[in-house]
Amino acid sequence: MKTPDMDNDTLIPVELFCSTCEVEMHLIDSLEESGLVQITVMQSHRFITQEQVGQLEKMVRMHEDLGINVPGLEAIHHMLERMEALQEELTLMRNRLRRFSDEG
Amino acid sequence: MAMDYYKVLGIDRKATTEEIKKAYRKLARKHHPDLNPNDKEAHRKFQEINEANEVLSDTESRKKYDKYGDQWKHADQIEQAQRDQAAAGGGRPFSGGQPFGGFGGGGSQFDGDQDLGDIFGSMFGGARGRQGRFKGTDLQAELHLDLRDAAITTPRTLTVNGKQIRLTIPAGVDNGQTIRIKGHGGPGMNGGPAGDLLITFSIGNDPVFKREGKDLFVNFDLDLYTAVLGGEVTVDTLDGKVKVPVKAETQSGTVVRLKGKGFPIYKKDGSFGDLFVTYVVKVPTNLNARQKELFEQLAKA
Repeated sequence: MKTPDMDNDTLIPVELFCSTCEVEMHLIDSLEESGLVQITVMQSHRFITQEQVGQLEKMVRMHEDLGINVPGLEAIHHMLERMEALQEELTLMRNRLRRFSDEG
Repeated sequence: MAMDYYKVLGIDRKATTEEIKKAYRKLARKHHPDLNPNDKEAHRKFQEINEANEVLSDTESRKKYDKYGDQWKHADQIEQAQRDQAAAGGGRPFSGGQPFGGFGGGGSQFDGDQDLGDIFGSMFGGARGRQGRFKGTDLQAELHLDLRDAAITTPRTLTVNGKQIRLTIPAGVDNGQTIRIKGHGGPGMNGGPAGDLLITFSIGNDPVFKREGKDLFVNFDLDLYTAVLGGEVTVDTLDGKVKVPVKAETQSGTVVRLKGKGFPIYKKDGSFGDLFVTYVVKVPTNLNARQKELFEQLAKA
């Protein structure tokens, strides 16, 4: 149920994100280097798309709250992707098995 | 709701601030919702650790907690009551806050986001702390549907945090499928985007039809005579009955496929899966003498 959402292309200045989330700019730089966030440069200002904000905040939380460094975040990112794919597959398998059982 | 915060963090009652922080971080790394997507048990656990950490990492609230246990939030009231009691000349000292059972009645100390609509079985707003600093918090909810409800595109009004959200659930959603409704989570901060509402569907089993994705499966009891001689039967589908020819000498367990009589395909208007009908041949029972005789003749024929 994806509603058409123009807001996803909205650009948010990196400075605004950093000041709101109390994040140091160099963390964002390292995340960009690792390919974990894409930064758009326009007229020498740096922006992130709104779509990435949730994901970025998640990484900031893991970094700040749990003390996970950037290489760690990179590894986690890949593992979470795999986990999501596995969860999807598991749901599919479970739904298949329901055909042969009487309860949920 | 009474839990021992020290036990939750697995620390000694004499633990230093540093030890509390260390224990919290260690447990948070295991149960943090960001690391445990779609895991309600981990979310619950994380909220417990968070709650314990919030109380114990603050010197003031820790002192109150040590003195009054799970009544610690009412410490001021308890102390006031003690002073009043002393002033009244009663002089009976309170021990350990135990006599104040009445204060606990509310039980709503850490309710968080509980303002759910009636359809919503559960919702967990995620962690406190940093969550939702810029982008609003994502909310998760579960929506229960019957198999037959899931087969029709239906407008629905859900109540989330007191606000009504109107949405259309497309026909063909699957059990365990999650849809993301942008901007219907918690509000953003400083111009940040609002969070999303994630709805996971839980689709109950139907007494008649089994579903696998776009296909439906049903058993059909076929009488022996139709199975042997062939004929026509009327089979129930999701949207009415259809007549199906039966070939002579149909074996029990034979499967016929009724094209396009299955489940609607998600977001493909007008497309349907197939309905698979398995014939279960029923042997007649309670035969009378005449019938039995005829079968005997048949057996010898």
